[in-house]
Amino acid sequence: MVIGLTHYVMLAAILFTIGVAGIILNHKNIIVILMSVELILLSVNINLVAFSTHAGDLTGQVFALLVLTVAASESAIGLAILVAYYRNRGSIAVEDIDTLKG
Amino acid sequence: MQADAILFWLFSGVLIISALAVIMARNPVHSVLFLILAFVNAAGLFLLMGAEFLGMILIVVYVGAVAVLFLFVVMLLDVDFAELKQGFVQYLPIGALIALLVAFELGYVAVGWTRSPEAAAAAAPSGMLSNTAALGRVLYTQYFYFFQAAGMILLTAMVGAIVLTLRHKAGVKRQNIVGQIARSPAAAVELRKVRSRAGI
Repeated sequence: MVIGLTHYVMLAAILFTIGVAGIILNHKNIIVILMSVELILLSVNINLVAFSTHAGDLTGQVFALLVLTVAASESAIGLAILVAYYRNRGSIAVEDIDTLKG
Repeated sequence: MQADAILFWLFSGVLIISALAVIMARNPVHSVLFLILAFVNAAGLFLLMGAEFLGMILIVVYVGAVAVLFLFVVMLLDVDFAELKQGFVQYLPIGALIALLVAFELGYVAVGWTRSPEAAAAAAPSGMLSNTAALGRVLYTQYFYFFQAAGMILLTAMVGAIVLTLRHKAGVKRQNIVGQIARSPAAAVELRKVRSRAGI
């Protein structure tokens, strides 16, 4: 059985689904939500690299590199916000984060 | 069965199982460790696809930086994670329903797509260059501005993270950089005549 593009695309679809399910199931724990977002971005990267190698065009890999950069800075900023929030309120439960609700 | 097929099933199987463990684990520390396992397996898949540079970058950036950052934050914050886990079972049906819908849509697209005739012409052999050299050749020429923008994003993220978490405590001695640089020799150095065997 030859491993083709469809296998990688299906794998990325499954990984994306797991990430979306993780956001819904762990909707109280913001750290696991951030990890689910990382999983989703990883699935996007797998898709981009799979199409890049299949088409023989390096643009997809450059794009994957940029997605990686944005994912890294996103998690850094998100965790910094989390630390600052915990310092001020003493809790990181998502349902407690309602100061802006008015 | 060829070796790359076996490797693909191995890497993708462990990747999916560890991704499931990330969202199912009771303890967030275990979640982070399974996330590391998932990233390592994704790096293996990248190697299998011939994207060596991205595979190595995935290990360096994700395993080396992002996952360790997650681990630090999980261990630094004193949070009762068992309380945050409540509602998992309650939301399992709707979560499974939405997951099935998303999986169906994505699977439908993944199986049913066709290549456009214009895109087929773009496929060109990359020559004898290694993946890293070929990537550098397009990254520093054709996509140079994107590369610079990525650098700016990282700089912004670094400055933002420092500004968000830096705390100025009262009663800590700090450097007064302007004052220290602006000192003149006349104010800082005092010349004394020292007699021998006398000391000051």
